[in-house]
Amino acid sequence: MFGLTALELARIQFGFTVSFHIIFPAITIGLASYLAVLEGLWLWKEDAVYRDLYRFWSTIFAVNFAMGVVSGLVMAYQFGTNWSYFSSFAGSVTGPLLAYEVLTAFFLEAGFLGVMLFGWNKVGPGLHFFATLMVAAGTLISATWILASNSWMQTPQGFEVIGGRVVPVDWLKVIFNPSFPYRLAHMTVAAYLATALFVGASGAWHLLRGRATPAVRTMLSMAMWMTVVVAPLQVAIGDAHGLNTLAHQPAKIAALEGHWQNTPGESVPLILFGWPDMAAETTRYAVAIPDLGSLILTHRWGGQIPGLKEFAPDDRPNATILFWSFRAMVGLGVLMVLLGVWGLWLRWRGALYDTPLFLWFATLMGPAGLAAILAGWLTTEIGRQPWVVYGVMRTRDAVSNHSALALSATLALFIVMYFIVFGTGISYMLKLVARGPAHDDHAADDKGRPARPLSAAPDAVELTSGGE
Amino acid sequence: MGIDLPLLWAIIIGFGLMMYVIMDGFDLGIGILFPFVTARADRDTMVNTVAPVWDGNETWLVLGGAALMAAFPLAYAVILSALYLPLAAMLAGLIWRGVAFEFRFKADEAHKWFWDQAFAWGSYIAAFSQGVALGAFIDGFKVTGGAYDGGALDWLTPFSLFTGAGLVIAYALLGATWLVMKTDGALQRRMRALARPVTLVLLVVIAIVSLWTPLTHPQVASRWFSFPEIVLFAPVPVLVGLSTIGLVVALGRDTHAAPFVLALLLLFLGYSGLAISLWPHIIPPAISIWDAAAPPQSMGFTLVGALFIIPFILVYTAWSYYVFRGKVTAGEGYH
Repeated sequence: MFGLTALELARIQFGFTVSFHIIFPAITIGLASYLAVLEGLWLWKEDAVYRDLYRFWSTIFAVNFAMGVVSGLVMAYQFGTNWSYFSSFAGSVTGPLLAYEVLTAFFLEAGFLGVMLFGWNKVGPGLHFFATLMVAAGTLISATWILASNSWMQTPQGFEVIGGRVVPVDWLKVIFNPSFPYRLAHMTVAAYLATALFVGASGAWHLLRGRATPAVRTMLSMAMWMTVVVAPLQVAIGDAHGLNTLAHQPAKIAALEGHWQNTPGESVPLILFGWPDMAAETTRYAVAIPDLGSLILTHRWGGQIPGLKEFAPDDRPNATILFWSFRAMVGLGVLMVLLGVWGLWLRWRGALYDTPLFLWFATLMGPAGLAAILAGWLTTEIGRQPWVVYGVMRTRDAVSNHSALALSATLALFIVMYFIVFGTGISYMLKLVARGPAHDDHAADDKGRPARPLSAAPDAVELTSGGE
Repeated sequence: MGIDLPLLWAIIIGFGLMMYVIMDGFDLGIGILFPFVTARADRDTMVNTVAPVWDGNETWLVLGGAALMAAFPLAYAVILSALYLPLAAMLAGLIWRGVAFEFRFKADEAHKWFWDQAFAWGSYIAAFSQGVALGAFIDGFKVTGGAYDGGALDWLTPFSLFTGAGLVIAYALLGATWLVMKTDGALQRRMRALARPVTLVLLVVIAIVSLWTPLTHPQVASRWFSFPEIVLFAPVPVLVGLSTIGLVVALGRDTHAAPFVLALLLLFLGYSGLAISLWPHIIPPAISIWDAAAPPQSMGFTLVGALFIIPFILVYTAWSYYVFRGKVTAGEGYH
């Protein structure tokens, strides 16, 4: 297809399916914890606002979760179908980590999800809250294992290669490999941040439409607290992650900074914009700030980082893509910090809920967290190239022997299907968001517990006849 | 160490796959039965009987894939790349039907029929692809130098197409008997009436596979028809016959759970028959579980977790089923 090789098609297939997939778990991680907080607040304060918000976000969570499950199933099989040499070589490490993810996380989520979504009238409030907590815990445990696996591919250790395959010799070293703590913190916080922006955008949008109900205000308020705390925290974690990458994968840092070579005794500038040219080994049209690169990457004046020319051409990742995907992530991160600080300022001034310009900004930032997650993953994964296991196995040696025809056919199938299925699902989620949290006084019985929260509102997501 | 790790792992993976076949079997079966039930309310009831548990059922399939990669990476690599196209079709089917659980309740009136279709077609495609994969697995794979060495369409044989159709029938039976247990009234009567012919068709399918397999696979023939194996394994076909009779009888009476239990027994017997035929090969026809085993460090590390955690999984899965026990009636939508 389009003159692409089987290797390129397999990489596109993996990149496409995993990019679609990661959107859903990111929201799942964030919303599950948010729902646990909402239910906890409701049980504690018995304020119906929290119940209404729980009810509202749990229907959106259900749609999102289903899409995460089915798109994740594809990932579990793709290592074997498309990357069979990688699997037979390194499955002895990534297989056990994935198996632990299934055993400790997927079953936990799936086992308690039914009770969480459909069990309101079947179990007591305490047990229901427990189910929500288990689902939330499952999402975080899942992130831990899969990021251990991914981080091991980025910074492998604790193994030997014996007889042409990886043999793990120290599991603690395998799991707690050098980049794992940073990647885990960065991704978990990213999921919370992306969810906060999504929830915040929903609240802001409803306020712009003049629906200033207590639930809508609470939603925006909680999301903006989260953003102002977590966005700066993410900047600090990202900085630490970058230094860790510099120590273990310097070629990735050189590529994403468009930094080709050092001049002895000179500091590294920060290139704000430019066009890294892989063939010419230079960054064209560079707009740079002197010294700042040294300051950010080495935390001191005059510090140097390896230039991309110090690596053999065959070992260099694509700087043109990395330079821009990295800047997209960082740029969005700066906007998130700005949103959080602005929200705090307006809250202090008592104008959080009625500053149209701010509400518009918050609405537009709704997908920013997810976009930043995608940009960040593109950066770290393309930055690992040309290796699938960094420094150990090259991507071109990992791919199955499928023909370009077979790969093109399945890739076309996945692309068409993903856009129809997940496009529809995302549109349903947005329609549910647009319907807004409902308040139903009759939903609570005399114990202050909902009778039928999930069946009280009609399911069909028609805006005009939603039946509220 | 005296522990035979590959053996233990073969048992765990065999158990996991059996759990998958049984549990996702009945909820895929519900999609397979959709064309036979057209009333919207009945379809909602059918879906609601599995809505709280389907996700957990499907997790056994993920466990199968992950455990295979952990314990037998070579088998994971060879089998999955050999079955690339049928597995891609299976995943596509599972995607359509998986999202349909939610979407058919969330769609506008005008689009609900589309997601009903997606639910039914997705279930058929997933079940059929799994059956095809099973047939191709029995047929075996061409392996050279530790990698799959056959063509992209080697899995496509009359035998694999037959096992594909056979698995659709088997899941339909599980689905119908599940609904006999979980529903009442007209829908239950309809399922009772449907389950009988499906049982008989399944018996014919089992008989044909039981003849076809040894006829075309000499290894399988010698496993079943040499002494003393023929005596040892004789209970399997005998029990298949007895449980079929029991099933037909139970369907004719006012029973609720009995048909489902007997259908599970029938599936379990068929599954054991296959295990007997193929043992100890994890990549038929020649690579055994010991040849394809991961390093002991991988198997041991994962085994500790599996043996400790799987009992908990079984307990809370059982609890979830217990919470949603009893009949699901029309209008009692969880949604």
